[in-house]
Amino acid sequence: MITLTVNDQSYTVDVEPTMPLLWVLRDVLHLTGTKYGCGMAQCGACTVHLNGEAVRSCVTTVARAVNQKVITIEGLSSNNTHPLQRAWAEEDVPQCGYCQSGQIMSAAVLLRENPNPTDQDIDDAMSGNICRCGTYQRIRKAIHRAASLQKEGGVQ
Amino acid sequence: MRTGRITQCSIGIIVVLTAASLSFNKANKVTSDRSVSENAFLQVYKVFMSPRCMNCHPAGDVPLQGDDNHLHPQGVKRGADGKGVYALKCANCHQPQNTPGLDMPPGVPDWHLPPADMRMVFQGKTAHELALQIKDPKQNGGKSPQDLIEHMKTDLVKWAWEPGDGRNKPPMSYNEFYNQFKLWIDKGAVVPN
Repeated sequence: MITLTVNDQSYTVDVEPTMPLLWVLRDVLHLTGTKYGCGMAQCGACTVHLNGEAVRSCVTTVARAVNQKVITIEGLSSNNTHPLQRAWAEEDVPQCGYCQSGQIMSAAVLLRENPNPTDQDIDDAMSGNICRCGTYQRIRKAIHRAASLQKEGGVQ
Repeated sequence: MRTGRITQCSIGIIVVLTAASLSFNKANKVTSDRSVSENAFLQVYKVFMSPRCMNCHPAGDVPLQGDDNHLHPQGVKRGADGKGVYALKCANCHQPQNTPGLDMPPGVPDWHLPPADMRMVFQGKTAHELALQIKDPKQNGGKSPQDLIEHMKTDLVKWAWEPGDGRNKPPMSYNEFYNQFKLWIDKGAVVPN
C-alpha cells in the first residue's frame, strides 16, 4: 500500500511502486484533469506539482510521491480562481484544451518564482509544454494577465 | 700512508658516484612521474569527451543529448544552480533512476549541470585546456585534488557506465577510468602539452 497526499487529501492506494503517478491520478483516484500525451516526458500534458515542482507525471513513479505533496489542476485553487485560471478564461486560451492543464501547472511555477515574467522568461518556462493547436500567443498573453491579477491580490 | 690515501680516495669516489646516481634516479623518477601523469590524463580525456560526460558539460547553457551531442529539446536551460529553470528543472523529468525504454529520460538523484558561475565546459576543449581547467580551483568550484577524486565517486559520474537503454558507454571501464584519474592526480596532475 502506498500513501500520498493529493490536493491536500491523503490517499492510500494499492498499486505497484513503479506505476507512473499519472496512472494513479487518473485511473485510481479518477482525477482526469491531468492528461496523457506522449508518455515519455516530452510534451508536458501530464504536468502536476510534486512538492511545488512541475514534474512530468507520466515518467514519475508513484514511489517518488510517497508521503509527498501532489497538486493537480483540480487542486490548484478551491474554486477555479487562481490568477492563471481567471486569466485563461478571460483570454479564451484553449482551443481543444487537451494540453491546457499541463500549461497552467507549468505557468504556476513560473509565476511563483517570478511574479513579473518577461516574454523570454515565459519562453524559458513554457517551451517544454507543447500545444498542437498552437495557442502559444494566447498562453503568453494570459500569463502576463495572470501576473497582473496576482499583483492585485489574487494569489491563492 | 699510501694505502690510507688510496682508501680515502676510493671512499670519495664512491660518495660522489652514489650522489650522482641518486640525483640521476631522482631526475629520472620526476621525468617518469610526469610521463605517467600526462598519459593518465590522456586516457581519461577520452572519457571526458564521450557523450555521457560531455553532454552535461556543454559549451553553451543548453545541455546536450544523445551520442551525437544534439541540443536538448524543449528549450531546457542550465539556470543559475545548474538544475534548470522554472517548470523546466532537470529533476522534473529526470528521475532518481533511469526510466526504462528507448529515448526515455535517464536519471540518478540530483541530475544537473555545473552551475552558471562554474560551468566546467568540456565541449571543444583540448586535453591541455581541459586539464588546466579541471585542476584550477578558480574554475573547478574550489575543489582540491582530493575533492576532484571524490567527485569521480559520485552517482552522477558513475551513471555514465549505467546510462540506460540506447546509450553508448564511455570507452573504458569505470574502474579503469577512476584509477587513471587518480594516477593523474597522484603523479602531479600534469597538464599535457
